[in-house]
Amino acid sequence: MRETPLSNCERQFLLKAIEEKKRLDGRQTYDYRNIKITFGTDYGCCVVDVGKTRVLAQVSCELVAPKDNRPTEGIMFINLELSPMASPAFESGRQSELHVTLNRLLERCLRNSKCLDTESLCVVSGEKVWKIRIDVHVLNHDGNIMDAASIAAITALCHFRRPDVGIQGEEVTIYTPEERDLIPLSIYHMPVSVSFSFFQQGTFLLVDPCEREERVMDGLLVIAMNKHREICSIQSSGGIMLLKEQVLRCNKIASVKVCEITELINKALENDRKVKKEGGKFGFAESMAKERITALKSEIAPVEMIDIEEKAEDIICRTGAPCDTVPSPVVRAPGTGQVGEGLQNAWGLDEVEEEEEEEDDIEQGGPEKQPESETITSKKGDVVVISDSEEEEVVILHQGVEVKDFREEMSSGQKQATSASKKKKKKRKLAH
Amino acid sequence: MPWKNAHVFSPSTFYVDRVCYTKILPQETPGNCIMRGIVTTLDMFECFKDKVGEVLLPGDVFSFELVPLDNKADKVICGPGLRRNGDEVLVCKSGILRHKPPNLYWIDSIQKRYVPAKGESVIGIVTVKSGDVFKVDVGGSEQASLSYLAFEGATKRNRPNVQVGDLVYAQFTIANKDMEPELVCIDSCGRANGMGVFGADGLLFKVSLGLVRRLLAPQSDIVKDLEKTFPFEMVVGMNGRVWVRARTAQQTLIVANLLESCENMTTQQRQALFRRVADRVT
Repeated sequence: MRETPLSNCERQFLLKAIEEKKRLDGRQTYDYRNIKITFGTDYGCCVVDVGKTRVLAQVSCELVAPKDNRPTEGIMFINLELSPMASPAFESGRQSELHVTLNRLLERCLRNSKCLDTESLCVVSGEKVWKIRIDVHVLNHDGNIMDAASIAAITALCHFRRPDVGIQGEEVTIYTPEERDLIPLSIYHMPVSVSFSFFQQGTFLLVDPCEREERVMDGLLVIAMNKHREICSIQSSGGIMLLKEQVLRCNKIASVKVCEITELINKALENDRKVKKEGGKFGFAESMAKERITALKSEIAPVEMIDIEEKAEDIICRTGAPCDTVPSPVVRAPGTGQVGEGLQNAWGLDEVEEEEEEEDDIEQGGPEKQPESETITSKKGDVVVISDSEEEEVVILHQGVEVKDFREEMSSGQKQATSASKKKKKKRKLAH
Repeated sequence: MPWKNAHVFSPSTFYVDRVCYTKILPQETPGNCIMRGIVTTLDMFECFKDKVGEVLLPGDVFSFELVPLDNKADKVICGPGLRRNGDEVLVCKSGILRHKPPNLYWIDSIQKRYVPAKGESVIGIVTVKSGDVFKVDVGGSEQASLSYLAFEGATKRNRPNVQVGDLVYAQFTIANKDMEPELVCIDSCGRANGMGVFGADGLLFKVSLGLVRRLLAPQSDIVKDLEKTFPFEMVVGMNGRVWVRARTAQQTLIVANLLESCENMTTQQRQALFRRVADRVT
């Protein structure tokens, strides 16, 4: 699926609007779109919405052997996925340029800034360390994936709790959440990236570009920073020449934005913690607006039940002589049972029967009521067959007493089963 | 018949594939033949009428039994979202069941993906100029082709001036699911009739197909309300693309944002919003 091309009129209009300091969604040049952070029921799972851009981050951990050159440090692994769900232009299974760029940027923003205390993830030096894996999935693309992904990743890291471990000699045991409380990761600082897009060779600057603005921009500057105004990474792409003053100004704007976003993240985390503690409702499902959908409800179908028992009894009476030799069910080991051991598969036989019945119907041809009722009774016969095969299963499992009635139908071996069913078939034909 | 809820369904139903009316003949299956003789009392219209205005989901089934067709009034016309499968009608889109007297039924769904249909007018973006055809993106699964001779007054010598990235308002002449769709910018008399290249400036944006249908409906109340704010030009394509142009970029943006926000608003909310905007602009 190819990307929708950008028409000339859109391009012209966007550039003209930007010159007039107008943006498509009515924002000012330095405004972010609405940022919304929601947490899942699990620890380390969050969804971040920046306008219509939507990103999901999930953190997971496992015990692995450390890298040879750093035996006492845990491992942090970051993976960003662009699925076709986000935009039809993204193809699955192929690494696009955007994909590589975003992965690299996110890695630099989080790993190279050393925001996570990797030394605290060491369990046994040189042998076992925690590997923290951050999976970021882009669910919808409306521009500025990088900022949304960085917010989601750091929020998920802060939200994550890993299980506790105990070391006794050589043995490492992982405690379940019931045994010991989960432990949060130790995070030094929270890097958040802020994107600036430049138009008309750097004359105009916009914060948080949306998808269409990204398409007409000349250059992009991404600054990752924490709230202490420490720059974690900075990257300029698009090949435009920026002046020193411009970069410094972006730096200033970024510091303000990062402070706001960090505050928002902290507030969201605090909120989630409080709700979890109070035992209130949390998770994605709870944070969505509920709307009732009424689907096609089916009315209760009238079913005639008057002389069912009589009919059923009648059929049971007719279904043939009980065979006296009842083999004792095989129990190989205590607590095990076998289902349908040594019996012939009755399903195929049933089908054959049904086909014959259908043929009968067609031969009779007439749509009058008589044949209808005939088929119904024969269907009932089918039901009985199925149920007694079930009973056989039950007998073997329970060696029970309550199924005496049907024990007589249980046959000792394959041959008997087939002969019995043949008998039944004959009888039913007679009934026809 | 003690076992089933009996409904009647005439074996011959008309199918409407949006604009073009195609008739699908009933299949003579053995099941059909047997069902013919059954005399039934309930009417199939009842079954539909119960659900008009309700939300239906894909997989919902209307089941009836077939009776021989004796008068034409019993025919039911199934529009988009309803599909016949033997002696039952399946719902294949989620949305609200709508009814137009006497017996036209369809599902009103809010969909975003456009599927080309013959006779519909759409806004396309020219992506490739190759030889004697243009390739046009209409938002469907495949690009449509547009011959350079399919413009008003175009001849082999006199080619229309179309650039890559231009907007065209055109109509489908071929729209098959197995073939490349084909567009034309002339009507059957060879007149442009409003079609052709447009949009020197102004803004193009996408809305859902449901909103487009509401905008294009005759006496659309959204358009009527919007007209009261300020003058502007608008082109609406059935493929969900809308192009607007007002006097200034500011006003164009206002119109675009108003239309986008119409998607899920009640009439009162919309009118209140439009009034507020009109007061502020003037």
